[in-house]
Formats: sequence, structure tokens, C-alpha cells
Amino acid sequence: MAQAEQAIKFIVDGTPVEAHGLAPSTTLLNYLREQGCTGVKEGCAEGDCGACTVVIGELDGARIDWRAVNACLCLVPTVDGKEVLTAQGLAAADGQLHPVQQALVDNHASQCGFCTPGFVMSLLAHYLELGDAAPSREGVLDALSGNLCRCTGYRPIIDAGLAMTRYPAPSRWSPADAADPARIERLRALQRSQDCRLPGYTAPRSLDAFAAEYEAHPDALILAGGTDIGLWVTKEMRTLPPLLYIGNVVELKAIAYTEEGLRIGAAVRLEAAFAAIVAACPQLAELARRFASRPIRNAGTLCGNIANGSPIGDAMPALIALGARVRLRKGGATREIPLEDLYLGYRQKDLAPGEFVESVFVPALAPDTHLAVYKIAKRRDQDISAVCGGFAVTVCGGQVSAARIAFGGMAATPARARHAEQALLGQAWSMAAVDAAARALSRDYAPLSDMRASQTYRVAVAANLLRRFWFERNGTSAERLDALQPVSLLVGDA
Amino acid sequence: MSTSRVENPAGGVSGKAIRHESAPLHVTGRAHYADDIPLPAGALHVAIGQSEVAHGRLRELDLSLVRAAPGVVAVLTAADVPGENNYGAVLKDDPIFAFDAVQHVGQPLFAVVATSMDAARRALRLARVDIDVLPAILDIREALARESFVLPTVRLERGDAEVALGAAPFCLEGSFSLGGQEHFYLEANVAVALPQDDGSLVIHSSTQNPTEVQHVVAHALGVPAHEVGIQCRRLGGAFGGKESQPALFAAIAAIAARRLGRAVKLRLDRDADMTMTGKRHDFEADYRVGFDAGGRILALDVMLASRCGYSADLSGPVNDRAMFHLDNCYFLDNVRIVSHRCKTHTVSNTAFRGFGGPQGMMVIEVVIDAIARRLGCDPLAVRQRNFYGIGTRDVTHYQMRVEDNIIADLVSRLALSSDYQARRAAIARSNAASSLVKRGIALTPVKFGISFTATHFNQAGALVHVYADGSVLLNHGGLEMGQGLHTKVAQVVADEFGLPLSAIRISATDTAKVPNTAATAASSGTDLNGKAAQAAARIIRGRMQDFLAGKYAADRAAVRFTQGEVHIGETHLPFAEAARQSWFARVSLSSTGFYATPKIHYDPKSMMGRPFYYFAYGAAVSEVAIDTLTGEHRLLRVDILHDAGRSLNPAIDIGQVEGGFLQGVGWLTCEELWWDREGRLKTHAPSTYKIPAVSDWPEVAHVKLLERADNREDTIFRAKAVGEPPLMLAMSVFHALREAVSAAAGDGEAGARAAARLMAPATPEAVLRALGALDGAGLS
Repeated sequence: MAQAEQAIKFIVDGTPVEAHGLAPSTTLLNYLREQGCTGVKEGCAEGDCGACTVVIGELDGARIDWRAVNACLCLVPTVDGKEVLTAQGLAAADGQLHPVQQALVDNHASQCGFCTPGFVMSLLAHYLELGDAAPSREGVLDALSGNLCRCTGYRPIIDAGLAMTRYPAPSRWSPADAADPARIERLRALQRSQDCRLPGYTAPRSLDAFAAEYEAHPDALILAGGTDIGLWVTKEMRTLPPLLYIGNVVELKAIAYTEEGLRIGAAVRLEAAFAAIVAACPQLAELARRFASRPIRNAGTLCGNIANGSPIGDAMPALIALGARVRLRKGGATREIPLEDLYLGYRQKDLAPGEFVESVFVPALAPDTHLAVYKIAKRRDQDISAVCGGFAVTVCGGQVSAARIAFGGMAATPARARHAEQALLGQAWSMAAVDAAARALSRDYAPLSDMRASQTYRVAVAANLLRRFWFERNGTSAERLDALQPVSLLVGDA
Repeated sequence: MSTSRVENPAGGVSGKAIRHESAPLHVTGRAHYADDIPLPAGALHVAIGQSEVAHGRLRELDLSLVRAAPGVVAVLTAADVPGENNYGAVLKDDPIFAFDAVQHVGQPLFAVVATSMDAARRALRLARVDIDVLPAILDIREALARESFVLPTVRLERGDAEVALGAAPFCLEGSFSLGGQEHFYLEANVAVALPQDDGSLVIHSSTQNPTEVQHVVAHALGVPAHEVGIQCRRLGGAFGGKESQPALFAAIAAIAARRLGRAVKLRLDRDADMTMTGKRHDFEADYRVGFDAGGRILALDVMLASRCGYSADLSGPVNDRAMFHLDNCYFLDNVRIVSHRCKTHTVSNTAFRGFGGPQGMMVIEVVIDAIARRLGCDPLAVRQRNFYGIGTRDVTHYQMRVEDNIIADLVSRLALSSDYQARRAAIARSNAASSLVKRGIALTPVKFGISFTATHFNQAGALVHVYADGSVLLNHGGLEMGQGLHTKVAQVVADEFGLPLSAIRISATDTAKVPNTAATAASSGTDLNGKAAQAAARIIRGRMQDFLAGKYAADRAAVRFTQGEVHIGETHLPFAEAARQSWFARVSLSSTGFYATPKIHYDPKSMMGRPFYYFAYGAAVSEVAIDTLTGEHRLLRVDILHDAGRSLNPAIDIGQVEGGFLQGVGWLTCEELWWDREGRLKTHAPSTYKIPAVSDWPEVAHVKLLERADNREDTIFRAKAVGEPPLMLAMSVFHALREAVSAAAGDGEAGARAAARLMAPATPEAVLRALGALDGAGLS
């Protein structure tokens, strides 16, 4: 790759900064702390606690798009041309706290205070995206799904989130700032006329340039949101190969809608990708909410989750059940394969050197097809699945005419349950057929025992998820925990 | 009480819901923790080389490649400890660096000092460690079988359990497994050692226990305590996890700083912190209980066994407290408790909010639950039937009279305000109509003893300065770890001087200001330090009164401090003016204050006496639902009524109650420590170890402090300690889950069996296992 000494230019809390000679694997967290911005805290260095949450602002046409991300997983070169906000930059020049901060103070929402700057930033991102809308409990919970607090029990923080829009608008960092010409101009001035190239880091802006670069340098590592590669840096202390950043490729940031379905480019972040998928398939709403946390979904991409190929990645069971296909590209050549065929073995993929996942096509749900995805984990928010199951069964005239069932957490790769599917095909859509299919699952998978669940549990729960799918589709006793209210509120009805 | 009114003046700031003193610093990211303190030029960083073997003999430690790695300035091993190579809190069985026996994965073998944390961490991996691997004991049952103990087994008996069991109309026996818990304070351990010109050290340590850190460091360096000063302004959470553990890290940083004459920082990354530091003890319990047809306990024989890890640490008092709290709120007549303190080749377990009390209380609650299911009655009725009496049945199994018992009344009020009975009936109807989802409800009480069981720790000191401009600087021996201690103590001092809170500033806790302190632990922070600070303020106030009475020819009793002024009869002086005049007249405006908790005594040999000054009470009603296909569950509603005495600050106390409750919910439901067969903890980061997150707080929650609840003992403004007790309110969630499991199994005998199979933590897998859904499941 061409080597040119260039500075990374961005804005931190309103002040333009230039970073020279940084290792491309430097995390934003370490950079900020070394610059004395110690309000950004390291709690875990793996994107699971949220103490390092910052808000990143990025030009999106004539507006600034703000989103909360984990600074510990964000590599500094990827914020080139963007702005970074921290809890230290929110108060007005005269010291007046931002409404988000004041609401936290007024609700007694900090105890030890170590997690607090991260909560401030997650709430700020939500405050900015709300615009004139009033916050909802579910919206606040989603915004805070990536922040851990060990002291408060969260109640006062939730209350602060619900109260924050009731304060007078701040002198800065109000939703209106997204269209503020001066801010936009300042960001525009940072945009490059050429691709960003640093020693060990290249960020092409066109698909052709990206494909050519990767074909020429197949040893490069494709970087998107960094939500996994960041861990290689912080946890495994790996020395990274040259990085090829996909996040600036204009063509790959797009979602294309057709009659047949959605095509989601490789640079589309999880949050946007799931929004599009859920609009088409509302059955995936719960998965979308429980997929990692909001800051992780704001950073990671759907195609990154696919290309990573982890056996416990949560997108794959749903996408395989839907019959998704991936388009792979190498130089100018593309091919398209069923998603499940991408996975050859544990972290092994059907990708030639220099070939990458360009997009994923998510077909529209076929008529008469029931769809569900269930995620099983120890915790509702931001947990890695013990088991994740995706089910799409087409029933015509009472008989199963098509069945696609896929699980994560059950094998070395996300994989279809071919035996279970076979057991259903052509059968009457009945509990008896489902039981037979549930038994057939033991021929599809031999899961491991680990800290998330035992093999026994995984086997039993996978079968039960198939049963749950049947119960829900057939309307009997389809109660789900998420929808329950305390019984006392029902007493009047009883 | 009129005395209370005099002590806690109307119009003062005590008793008010005042925000945390650092809240504006928290939300603006300006609050400094140990890792945020700017380092002097040339500061070095330390990383610790850990054992990857659970048990073995260290044959060779080849660190030549480590020494040669980029950025490495020094490498330290056991041979480099100038003084005592030990940081044990009670016994001397915790080497700073292992030198022969290796006893757990994560045990420090050596340390690397380098120019950056990154360089130090990278260099670690170049070590060549040769260990003769020995068989490791990795769980409690195995330790019991092999009689592997860190401390001798302790017995506590009253009456004759064996005879009473034989005579009881009903008998039950059972076992219970109760998991441990990682503290998961958000701020990992940090120590920054700064050498001074004379070779002495100032250390910024993230510790609840500066005095112990000071002494351990002094011993490790072989210097007197006055050469080591420990400071800490605030902690990013602690929960007991920074009581005995930080001494290790401060000692290593100090050894490096002393040897190299440079500032040295040691900050653990999350994985190192979770691997190297102790946790809440997991417990196994076997019990036999005899009871009557009404569910009243007549005899109880309990075996408690805990995982202490490889060394004693604080396991002695932790297990003692489990024994003391085995009664929770219940009168136990003929009782025998045998407590084994098991040695395993895992990290040494330590203090954690409740300090063994929660484990003991869970055991008796499980026993009560089993009795109720055996008799087919509401567990709440069995609980109430066994409550301590007032004036009768009121002496604990360790011979302390329960003089302040309010549990029956508190529970009745909560049962009423939460509609417990109506909801229990509605849940039964709901369960009958639902096949896949089952609900459960439970009310559990809490009685928790307040004081360190080690009597000598129940003392505190404070240092108060009034400057000539009337501003006040307050210092005391307690640590601010988020619990609001500094806010409360400042409220006390403000009221003593009749000043607004803004006139009081609290500075970092510092062994150079207040020496010989106890750990900020055992819920005692405000009780002890509030009283010590009050004493200091009263000494200064008394001197000012004497002087002003003389100067203005008034009666001493006529000198009053109120509303920012000093009233001397008809003369009203601003406090600042009174301070200035006092200073001008050469009156000392600085004083220490001291407090020692009265009344307490206890004989550690017989385990008899009055280990606790008083008890704090509370109760919770939780409603849950389980999915019987997956074992997933949700907390739908909680109602809490908690006794904080006459609360010094209701906002802060409610925060302790809610936070403690949810932390307890985590312990009993989603937090699971999982070791592999080699003794490696695989849940060593938040990606694998799941503390409650924001969605786990129930949408419907009614949390209240008990009103008109003055402490009958003379505590600071009649408040009660509130740090630990609320954690145990979470027992209601676990028992609601047992209720739901019983319903799912069809109640009756099958329900009782299923409920008794539910162990803690009640993960989805544990729930499904209790339901028998995993019996025979799996791959053939």
C-alpha cells in the first residue's frame, strides 16, 4: 500500500486535533486518556461495560449523524474527519450542565460515578436522536443497553433518561445542532479529497478501489466497526496486519430495496441494517433489540458479523432461516452463495484470498411462511447467546412445504438443522411432527459445554425452541416473558 | 425522642435528600480516580506475571526474554521483596510473589516494570515458567472429601439438635448450593506509588482499607509505617473487593518505586482483576430440620462449607458471619451449625457486601421454603411463625438478645402495601390458565447485624479544621466508594456548626491525616466516621463557645450555632466572624475526633456474646415469571420496605437499597462463576460474566424506607447502617422463582421436589434443571 505520512484529523469536544504517527491499532480510549481526557474510563476494554462510551458525529449529507460508541473498540484512524464528544465537553462555557447531566444529578443517578460519563454519553446520543419526541421507557432502556452500573440498580438512571427532555434546551448539544451550518462546515473542512492512507491503514472511498486494494493486498485485514478486531488489540495484544477500512466505501453504505428483498452493503451498520430488516420482518424486532448493545450496533456492521463467522454470531440463524445470500467480490468478479454455504468450519469460510463479503441479500418472506428467531442467554441486554434459533416454516394446506431452521451456539459454525427440516417437510404442521423434528435435532448438532451453558441444556432448549415456535404459530398459550405485566395490574380483570 | 431532636436540629441538613457531593464531577467526567491522577515525568508501569497452573511447584522462572523486551526497566520476583513477602490480611499465607508452591491460576509469580503499560503487558508473555503440576482441588465437595481446609472447622450449638430432631413431629433434610459472586466494581484495582525526597512513599491506592495497605507495604519494604502514606479520594466501586486485595498491588508498585526511585503505576486490566482477586464465597449446605405441624422450627442441624480458595484472607470472619446470620429473623432453639472453611486451588475468596451473612441467610430461607412446601402452606406464614419474639424467644443462637426487633410489624406492613395475599391468589389463577409461563411471588425478611465482629475494628477517627475565614475542611478515616459516606458525614458536621453544606469540604482519605483506621466495610462507614467527625466538630465548637461566652459575657449555654451564624445571647455573629475572632484570640480551631462503638463484646472461641451493636431490618416482595420451555425468567415487580433508622439522607439510602437489591438479584440469578477443569476461571470479563443490566430493573418497583424508625441505640442522629442489608432483599426473587418452579411442576410433592432442586444462581439452565427438563436430555 502506498505509504504517505498523513495526520489523522478530527474534532474532540469542539477542539480540532491532529494525530501524527499513531499506530493504526491505537484505540480511541487510549488516545483520549493519554491526551488527558480522563473522563473517558476504561472498565473492560471489550465493549461490554460502556464506561468509555463517547458520541461520534459524522457528516451525513446536510446533517450530522451522532451515535454512541465504545471508545475502547474504536481505532483512531476510523474517526478521521469526524467529531468526538465526551462527558467533559457537554457543559456550557459558564459551567451550566447539559440537561442529560442535570437530570442525572437531580435523580441521584450516580454513586461511585465511574460508569457515569458513559451513561451521560449514551443518554446524550438518545437525547439528540429524540428531537422533539418524548422519551419512552423502552427507548431509554435500549439506549442504555450497553452501559453497566454496579451501584444504583439503574432506577434513577432510567428516571433521568425519562426526565432529560423536560429541561430547557441547552446552549449546545441540542438536537437542532445536527443541522447547524457552522458545525457542518467545520466537519466538511476535515473531509479529504483523496483516500486516507497511513502506514498500515488504508481507507478507500469507492468499491472498485477497495476491491482492487484488497485483491492486491490479500494479507490486509478488513476493518469495519472494529467490534471484534478491537478485542484482538485490547485482549489478545495481536500485532495487526495492514488494515483496510471498509467504512468509507460509499457504495457499501447503501441498503437497496426491491420487490424480492433487501440488499445490505458491507459498510451498513447493524443498527441501520436491523431497522431495515425489522421493517420488512417485524418478527425480528426482539432479536434486533437484544443483538449486542446499542453502541455495538452503532459500530459493527451486519456483513462484519457475517464475515466474522463466529458460531455464536446472532445474525446468522435469522438470516439463514430467511434464505439470505451473500455476494462475494474479488477484484471485479462477484459471485453469490447461500449464507450457510459461506461457513466451512470453525472460523473457516469459503472466501478466496482477496475476496470479501460485498453485501447480503435478505429475501422477502415467502407467502404462508411463519418466521421466528429466539435468543437464549443469561441476560436480556447485551449477552452472547447460549443458543440462538431461527425458524421459517411454510405451511400450505396444513402441510409443511418448506422449512429452514438454523441455530447458533450449537456447532462450530452457524448451521442449518437439515435433519430437523427433513423431519418436517411434507408432514402435517402438528405437534407430533414438531416433536419428531425436535428429536432429529440431536442428529444435526453436538454442541459443547462451556460457561454459557451445558451441552445438555443446549440440546434440550433447542428442541424446546422448536416447540415454542409451534405453540406461537398455533395461537395456544403463546405468552412471552417480555410482554408480561405484574399480576396485580390484572387483578381488576380477574 | 426529644434527645434526637436536639441532636438533629430542625432546619439542618441532616435527614434531607441531598445529592452526592461529587455528582457534578461524576457527570462531567471531572472526578478523578486513582488512574486519572497525572503522573510525574518518567513514571513507569507494572504488569503482573500470573500462574497458569492451579497447583504445583515452581521449578524455574526464566525471565531473561522478559528483561530484554522493549521498554522493560526491571523485573521483580520473590527475591526482590526487601521485607516480608506476604500481604495476608489475617494469617501470613498470601505471598506477594509465589516462590515455591503455586496455588491458583492467576497467582502472581513476577512483575514487569516498563515504560508503558502496553510494553509491560507484552513483555509478560515472554516468560518461560516451569511448574511441576500437582493435583488440584477445585470445588467444595472435593475439598470436604479430602478434608482440605484453610482454617479449623467451627461449631456453634445451642440446646440439643439431635434429641430435638428425634422428637420433632416432622423432619426434612436437604442440600443447597449457592454460587459465588464477582464484585465487578467498574474501576479495577490501581496503585500509584510516588517516591518522596527522603525515600518515603505516597501511594494513591484504590482501597477501602488504607491502614492495612500502609502496613502491608511497610512490611514488604521493611520500613516503619510512617514512611508510607496512603491516599484515596474516591473509589469506582468496591463492595468489599477492595478491602484486603489492594495491598498486593500497592506492595508491588511500592517495591518497584522504592527500588527504581521513580513513580510507578500498577493498573489491572479487567481480565487480570477478575482472575487475580477474590470473590464472594460460594457455599454448600446440608441440613436436617425438625418442625411442628404449624411449621415452627424445633431443631436444626446445618453443615456449611465454603470455598475459601488457597488462603485464609478474611474467610474466618466471613464464615463466622454466615453462622451468626443463619437465623436471619428466626428463633432457633435447638441448633447445631458446623462450618467448614475449605481450601481449594482457586483464588482466595474475600469480603463481599454482606460478608457471609447473605449465604447463611439464604440457607435458612431455603429450609423455611422446604418446610412450607412440605406442609403445603404459604412460605410467608412459616416465616412469620418463626420470627423472633419480643420479650420472649428473643435470644440468638450466639446468646445476644434481640432488643430492637421490628420485623413482624415491618413484614405485616409490606404484605399489606404490596397486596401480597391478593396477588398470591391471582397468581395461582393465572398459573392455572397458562401452560408455558408460570409466575411466582415471595416475601422474604432481612435482619442484619451491624458492627465488625472483630471488636477492635469498631473505632474511627476524624480531623476537622475550621479556617479563620469560617470555611471547614473535614477529613475522616472512611472511604468514599459511591455509598455517599462523604455526603453524610459532611451533613453531620454542617449541622454541628449550624452551617450550610457548601461550607464543608471533604478532602481525600489519607493515612497521614487520620491514622489507624478500620476498613470502610461492614456497613459501618457512617456510624463510625459520622460519630468521630461529630466528636471533632463538637470539640472545636466547645472551644469557640468557651471563648465567645467569655468575650461577650454570656452564659456558655447561650452560645448557639445556627443558620450560618453564632448567637451569643442577643449578639449574632456570622460564623466566619466568630471563627476569625477565635483565631485572633489564639483558640485552636482544629481537632481530631474519635469514636469507639459501645456495648459490643464477643468471645471468638465460644462464638458467644454481643457481636452487633444493633440490627437493621427490611423485607421485599418479588413477583417473577418463568418460561418453562427455556428456563428464562423476568422480575416483574418488587416492593421493598427497608429500615434505615432515622435516615441521614433518604436519597442516598434509597440508592443503597435499590442498588444492593439488584446486586443481590445478580448474585442469585444471572451471575455465574465458571471454572474449567484446569481451574481456570472462564468468566473473567463482562462478556462472559453477566451482572444485571438496565433491563433487569423491574418496571414496577415500590421502594420505601421505614418511617418513624429511630435507631434505639445512640447512633449518629439515630440512623442505621444501610450498605449491606439491602443486598439480602434479593432473596425474595430467588424464592419467587422457587414458587414459580413449584407451580410449573404442578405444586404438591412434585412442586416441592422441583423447587428444592433450584440452586443459585438461578440461571435459565438452573431453572430448567430444577424442572427436570434436563434429566436424560443431551446426546446419547
